[in-house]
Amino acid sequence: MFPTPVERRSTAVQATYKALLPLALILWLLPLLMVALFSVKPDADFTQGNLWGLPSSFAGFENYTRVFTDSAMPRYLLNSVFITVPTVIGAVALSCMTGFALGVYRFRGNIWIFFMFVAGNFVPFQILMVPVRDLTLSLGLYDTRMGLVLFHIAFQTGFCTLFMRNFIRALPRELIEAARVEGVSEIRIFWYIVLPLMRPAIAALSVLIFTFIWNDYFWAVVLTQGVESQPVTAGITAFNSQFRAAYHMMSAGSIIAALPPVMMFFLMQKHFIAGLTLGAVK
Amino acid sequence: MAAPITSEPPAPPPRGWWRSRQMRLAPWLFLAPGIAFFALYVILPIFQSFHISLYRWDGLGEARYIGMQNYERLFDDPAFYTSLWNNVRWLLLYLLAIPGGLFIALFLNQQVRGIRLYKSLFFFPFVISQVVVGLVFAWFYNPSIGLLNPILGMFGAGPVNILGNPSTVTYGIIVAGLWPQVAYCMILYLTGLNAVDPEQVEAARLDGAKGWKMLWYVILPQLRPATFIAVVVTVIGALRSFDMVSVMTSGGPFGSSRVLAYYMFEVSLSEYGFRMGYGAAIAVILFLIMLVYIAFFLWRMWREERGV
Repeated sequence: MFPTPVERRSTAVQATYKALLPLALILWLLPLLMVALFSVKPDADFTQGNLWGLPSSFAGFENYTRVFTDSAMPRYLLNSVFITVPTVIGAVALSCMTGFALGVYRFRGNIWIFFMFVAGNFVPFQILMVPVRDLTLSLGLYDTRMGLVLFHIAFQTGFCTLFMRNFIRALPRELIEAARVEGVSEIRIFWYIVLPLMRPAIAALSVLIFTFIWNDYFWAVVLTQGVESQPVTAGITAFNSQFRAAYHMMSAGSIIAALPPVMMFFLMQKHFIAGLTLGAVK
Repeated sequence: MAAPITSEPPAPPPRGWWRSRQMRLAPWLFLAPGIAFFALYVILPIFQSFHISLYRWDGLGEARYIGMQNYERLFDDPAFYTSLWNNVRWLLLYLLAIPGGLFIALFLNQQVRGIRLYKSLFFFPFVISQVVVGLVFAWFYNPSIGLLNPILGMFGAGPVNILGNPSTVTYGIIVAGLWPQVAYCMILYLTGLNAVDPEQVEAARLDGAKGWKMLWYVILPQLRPATFIAVVVTVIGALRSFDMVSVMTSGGPFGSSRVLAYYMFEVSLSEYGFRMGYGAAIAVILFLIMLVYIAFFLWRMWREERGV
């Protein structure tokens, strides 16, 4: 292991390391800790200049309740769910199929189609912006959640295909060959043999795509406008102008907006990291 | 590209017909929906943007063909140069995420109690949306309520108004952007370090390799796949920087923190008027810059595929 494990070093080194860990963490998360502290302070603390001391009274409960009762935040959160969940399902479903086709079959053009998906996935959003906005308008889907979902599914298919295809490549081919010899049809091979083996990849991708889409801001601003359809990343700016200069409320709102992907990460950590670091190890 | 699908006969084919052709048709059947979606929403729009960049168009009325005029105007536009220069700064400084991530990964690559939780907590800024990261840092820098100035005060420095000063604003936003990016690189390196061959490390230790030498000659070569991915995602992240600029400064003060991605948006979709053609021209420039990296990535992938 590198660096040398601290257990093998002197007790002084071990003690220093263990003391440094929490210190480094606090320093690393300092901006976030500040916002977390703000979010449990009462309004009075800000007017009296008690910014970084302990809250004069614990107002976390009121602040967070007000986020849900006095603003459109619940609506935005709901929109985010209705945008994110269908996108995850759609993109994973499409890429299971594309990944299967590109990972299992040898045919002319295979590598070029694969490269098309990979290259498209890296393209800057701005080059798509005007035409996609236009297309969405002409489909009558501007300012709807459906308009966002369709675009997200299409775009995420690029990354998901890269992921799925490489995963399927690593599966044992003998299984598929054996099934073919038995006369099992290709569709049944996909459904009954390959799909069950892809479960870990599906889990990893779902968590990743959930986070990517939940955190999307650019397309939310380009393709939606109002409280009817905007997800929480775009809604937070409206929320902040409603509570202008009320830092305890803005802090609480931001934390609420950021929370779902964070929870997803802590619940599904193993899958998340497996997905994110695919390719980092040979 | 999806053409071969239409050769499917409308009526359910006889079993023998499908049987004999399924090996050839099945891949196209599985690819069809994915390719159709991707072509419509990603591939086609790229070409359309190239086309639109040759027109003057407000997004609603008649588009007028003006040839290369949008590009000619671009080269006389000081805001374009500001954005381009800021993109260069983003690109260069964002790369600091890679050594930064490596450093934290080395620090955390131990097996003491609770280290797993530490790793997760160090990583999780990456999971937070960039919008919230931007807000959090904007408040952190804020001269009246932020924690930054009191901290600087403890060392006898400051006070500063990072986001209010045209010469510091971009650096302030980049630091905010580095926060999640360092976390990302850290997790890549932690995974990489996990896979480092312990026998090689021990052998090198017996040969007297230590510290920097060990890192440079033994560890880093084994971390190359992680480094490659870290470079790719960091470069792309730097060129995609939009959310933070939009949330933290809206390109200000006086347009000094604009980047190409943000300037393009501003030109085509904001109160400054809907100049879609001009916006598309900026997008084309950004795309061409990115194309260098895409080509590099594909070339490497192609080499690897051939090797298999």
